[in-house]
Formats: sequence, structure tokens, C-alpha cells
Amino acid sequence: MRKYWVIQRNSFSYLIDKKTLIAIFVLALIAFVSMLVSIGIGELYIAPWDVFTALFGYGLDMNQLIITQFRLPRVIVAFLAGASLALSGAILQGVIRNPLASPDMIGITGGAGFAAVTFLTMFSDESNNLLISINYLPVFAFAGATIVAFLIYGLAWKNGVTPIRLILIGIGVMALFQALTTLMMLMGPIYRASQATIWLTGTVYGTSWKEVKAILPWFIAMLPILVLLVRRLNIQGFGDDLTMGAGIKVHRERFLLLMVCTALAGSAVAFAGAIGFVGLIGPHIARRITGSSFGGLFPASALIGGIMVVLADLAGRTLFSPLEVPAGVFTAAIGAPYFIYLLFRNQ
Amino acid sequence: MNGILHGNKLKTAGLIIGIVFAFIILVLSVIMGYTNTSLSTAIDAYTAFNGSNEQLIIKISRVPRALVGMAVGISLGIAGVLMQALTRNPIASPDIFGVNAGAGFFIVFGVTFLGISSIQEFMWIGFLGAAVASGMAYILGSAGKGGLTPVKLTLAGAVIAALFASLTQGMLVTNEKALDEVLFWLAGSVEGRKLSMLTAVLPALFIAWIVSVLLSRQLNAFALGEDVAVSLGQKTVVFKFIAALMVILLAGGSVAIAGPISFIGIVVPHFARYLVGSDHRWIVPFSAIVGGIMLVAADIGARYIIMPEEAPVGVVTALIGTPFFIYIVRKGIFQK
Repeated sequence: MRKYWVIQRNSFSYLIDKKTLIAIFVLALIAFVSMLVSIGIGELYIAPWDVFTALFGYGLDMNQLIITQFRLPRVIVAFLAGASLALSGAILQGVIRNPLASPDMIGITGGAGFAAVTFLTMFSDESNNLLISINYLPVFAFAGATIVAFLIYGLAWKNGVTPIRLILIGIGVMALFQALTTLMMLMGPIYRASQATIWLTGTVYGTSWKEVKAILPWFIAMLPILVLLVRRLNIQGFGDDLTMGAGIKVHRERFLLLMVCTALAGSAVAFAGAIGFVGLIGPHIARRITGSSFGGLFPASALIGGIMVVLADLAGRTLFSPLEVPAGVFTAAIGAPYFIYLLFRNQ
Repeated sequence: MNGILHGNKLKTAGLIIGIVFAFIILVLSVIMGYTNTSLSTAIDAYTAFNGSNEQLIIKISRVPRALVGMAVGISLGIAGVLMQALTRNPIASPDIFGVNAGAGFFIVFGVTFLGISSIQEFMWIGFLGAAVASGMAYILGSAGKGGLTPVKLTLAGAVIAALFASLTQGMLVTNEKALDEVLFWLAGSVEGRKLSMLTAVLPALFIAWIVSVLLSRQLNAFALGEDVAVSLGQKTVVFKFIAALMVILLAGGSVAIAGPISFIGIVVPHFARYLVGSDHRWIVPFSAIVGGIMLVAADIGARYIIMPEEAPVGVVTALIGTPFFIYIVRKGIFQK
């Protein structure tokens, strides 16, 4: 029995370790179970099996209503946001060739955060009412992420973009946008400031099917692009010279990857806020399980990112009930120490 | 590397001009702002106090904030020099090391859970946070092969900063009252600081200034490389320990009074080197003066950008500092 599976066509090639395949299958199972559990737990407990049957249209009407109307969309958005962030982090770590890179570190989420806070302060009147619908918030956030991505890319351009310049300028731009965000929060009413803080921390509170419908197309649209990019990203890991030698237009490729990364991070941040550390940790954990070939790394990162946010949201809803703690607090509180542990162990 | 000021005479002259300029900017900081006052009012406030509104503003608000700004600027400038020399890294600075975020987290933690409120407690807990964060960033950044490269250090610092920032945010989300209290502090500001806050921290800062000036010869030796420094008779371990301690005093003390103020620590040493070249005996005093001037000037600017409200000075330094940072990066100091 061969150790690898090779899938090859004209434009893509996949080399998948069989162990990796099993790992991904197990992860998918864990993701599914954690979603079931998360749907079940809440004000009214519903056993996982009942959740399962309700999802397929059986069981009590009451359960079905709660699940399909309130809990399911929230869990789906949590999963998709986590998966997008982790994928985006995996891409970025590949492009920058450094395991410490992530979309929250180079200002992409910072740009989205600034846009969102600006939206909250600029469009609220004296009595804290929003002048235009809150539904436009994601549009702003997404635009902010995209503008910042172009800005970073443009500033880092000097006969091409090197990973080092990209990350350093990204961090500089991030600091700038953090300052601007604080400025905006101070200019607005304090009520908006606290609302903005919650948003900046990242939460999937109060999501409905509308959000699912909005985030899902982005996610699905990015998947085929990722499949095509996998083998090229693998080569990029060997350095620019080798990549060029393999006949790849490095700079065009890098730009394309950065755009995919922005689209994923931007859509996640737009609907779930700036959930921290998923983009950093997700790919790290995945790499420990599947190795660093992107064929296995992408799906594993996506699943782990999704699981992380689903569980963080579950913890945020239940641990301090009736207080709702944003999911972002838990991803940071658990993710950050774990990350530090990883780095010390690798030393 | 030579700066634009050649020779000791020119450098001394430059330093004196700098000190004069620092005094001028201090005076400007006292009289300019939303309530415009004149120099004579400022003098009267201390010689012929009559309790008028302008005089009160000068005594209670303007003078303390000008002095706090100057002290913090000096400290951050020196801290930047020490860090860049210690790590031989052109972008090392308190904020890159995550010091601000670390001290911020510890202070918010103290406010939220331990109920601290006095500036002395702020200071000690700020020191602790600064030490923990910079230690973590240093260890993280030097892990793995290649040692402490600029990129690794920057990333490590950014990770540490992100860690503490999100934890801080988490605490603030669950405690809206604390948010109201510390939001302005978190942005970095010298507004509303009392003179007593400064006097609480000043002894520590002052000692650190003096020690840093005394260390400058050692910094020169260290800059030649650790091996050379050892062969010149330097006890590098002791030296590094003392220098790191000074950094923590300077950065921790600054962040305790003024909150996180970014980019002064990066920009100022570069500017000082541009002026006087690579001799630390000159770089340290020049960085101190330039840092003080820059922070007080930024604070004056902060009063005008969103008139009639005030922007935190940390925002202004970030606005000025980011383009400079990007310039350094683009100039390619990091290309090896």
C-alpha cells in the first residue's frame, strides 16, 4: 500500500499523506460533534441526539424552532469565521514564510476594526441611534480590510514585495490603525465605545441566517482558488529564487494569495468581529498534525479554526451566564498561552 | 558612521540648542491650547496668583502635563537607545517589545480585580508588566535558529502585544466601568496627570537617566560585538542586566504615568544617530532631549486635531511615527 495519494490534473496537484487524510477525517468528526454539542447547550438544554434528529426535521417542534432559528446560524457563522481566519493565517504564514504571521498581526483585521468603529461613531446621532442600518457594518469592515491590504502591499512594493517588508510594514500599519481606532472610540459616545470594544474582541452574538447567507458565498468562492494555489504555495516555501526557477511568477502569485487571504479574513471579521489568535494558532496546531504541506494543512487548519471558535463561543455563552463573554476573549485566553508553550517547546 | 554634526564643539552646541529648544517648547506647551493664555499669565500664576481661570488652568493642568510629557519623552528616547544597542536591532523599542501592552494589561488587571488606584501601585504593577512582556518577547524572539533578528523580534513582540491587548480587551468587555476609567489611559496621554504622579515616578526615572548616561561608554564597546566587548574587559552579563533593568525602569515608569505611547522609542534614536553619528556618549543625551521635545510637541498637536476635544498624545505619535517606521523599513535596514 502506498503511503501517499497523488491527485494530479493540468492545473493542480495534490499529494496527500494517508495519515493526514485520517487526521482530517477525525477533525471533521470532532468539528461536527462540537457543533452538535454547542447547538444543544444553552438556556434550554437539548441532548446531542435530539439536536441531530431535529436537524433532519424530526423531533419536537419546539426544539426545531430553537435550533433552526437561533442556534444553528450562530454555530455555522462561528465555524465559518474560525475556518476562514485559520485559512487566511495559513496562507499568510506560507507567503511570509514565518510561522508568527497572521491576519491580525499585519493590520488586515485592524483595518476592518477601524472601519467598523468609524461606522459606529460616524453614523450615530446624539441619542446613540444609528442613522443607517447596522447591516452595513460588514460592508464597511470588509472595505477597511481590503483597503489596508492594498495599502500594505503598495507600501511594501519596491521592485517587488519581499515577505520581510510585507510583515514589518504590516505591523507598522497595524499600529497606526490601532491608534486611529482609539481616536474614533474617544470621539464617539461611551456607549458606542463599549459596543465597539465588544465588536473588536469578536463575537457571534445574535447572528441569524442572514449572516450565514452573506459569509458562506465568500468561503465557498475561495475554496477552488485555494485548491489551485496549493502546489504553488508549497514551492514558495523554498524561497523566491527556487520558485521563480520553477516558472512561477512570484509577485503575481503573492498578490493573488494576499487577496485571497484578505477576502477570507475580511469576511470573517465583518460578520464575527476581530476574533484574535485563530489565524495564528489554527495553522500551528494543524501543522503539528498534518505536517507543512499545504494540501493537508489547509483543510486541517480550517477545521481546527472552526472548532476553536465554536468552542470559544460555547464557553462565552455558558461559563459566565447570564453574562455573554465575547468568543474572542476565549480564543485569546486559550490560544495565546498555548502558542507560547509551542514556541518554547520548539526551542 | 558620522552624523551631520561633526566635532565635539558642534555637538555641544547642538546639545545646548536642543536644551534651549526644549525649554521653549515647554513654555509653549504651558500657554497654548483650548484656553489660550499668555506668558505673563503663566508667570503671574506663580508670582502673583489671583485665582483666575487661566491661572488655575496653568497651575493645575498645563504645567504638570508639560513636565510629565518632557519626563516621559526623555525616558522613552533613552529606553529606545538602550534597547536598540542591547539587541543590535534598529527597530527595537519599548512598544515593539510589547512593553506597553504588557504594562497596560497588568494595570487594567490591577484596576479590575485588585482595586488598585494610586499612582505608586500603578507604577509598580506597570514595571512588573513591562518586565514580563519584554522578557517574553526577548525569549520568543531569540528562540530558534539565527538568534534575535529584527524580523523575529518584531514578530515576537507583535505576538506578545497582541496577546496582552486581547486579554486587556477581554477584561474591559466584562467591566464597562473600568473601560470608562482606563480608555483614555490606554490610548496614551499626558493630559490630566497631576504633579504628584510625576514626583512619584521621577526618582526612579532620574536614576535611570543618570545610569544610562554613565553606561554610554559601555554601550559603545558592546556595539562592536559581544566578543570584542568581552576582550575590552566588559562584564557583558552584568552590563546587559543593568541595561535591561534601566529599560524596564524607563519604559515601565513612562507607561505607568502616561499610558502606552508608541513610536517615540523607535524614531528618536534614529534621529539622534542622524545628528551625531554612532557614539553613544552623544546619542544618549541627544535622544533624551529629542524625545522630550518630540513628545511635548506631539502633545501640543494633540490639543488641536479634534478641537474642542483632545486627542491622546499616543495617537499623535503613532500618526507621526508610522510613516517614519515605514520609511526605515523601505530603506532596507533589514536586508541582510
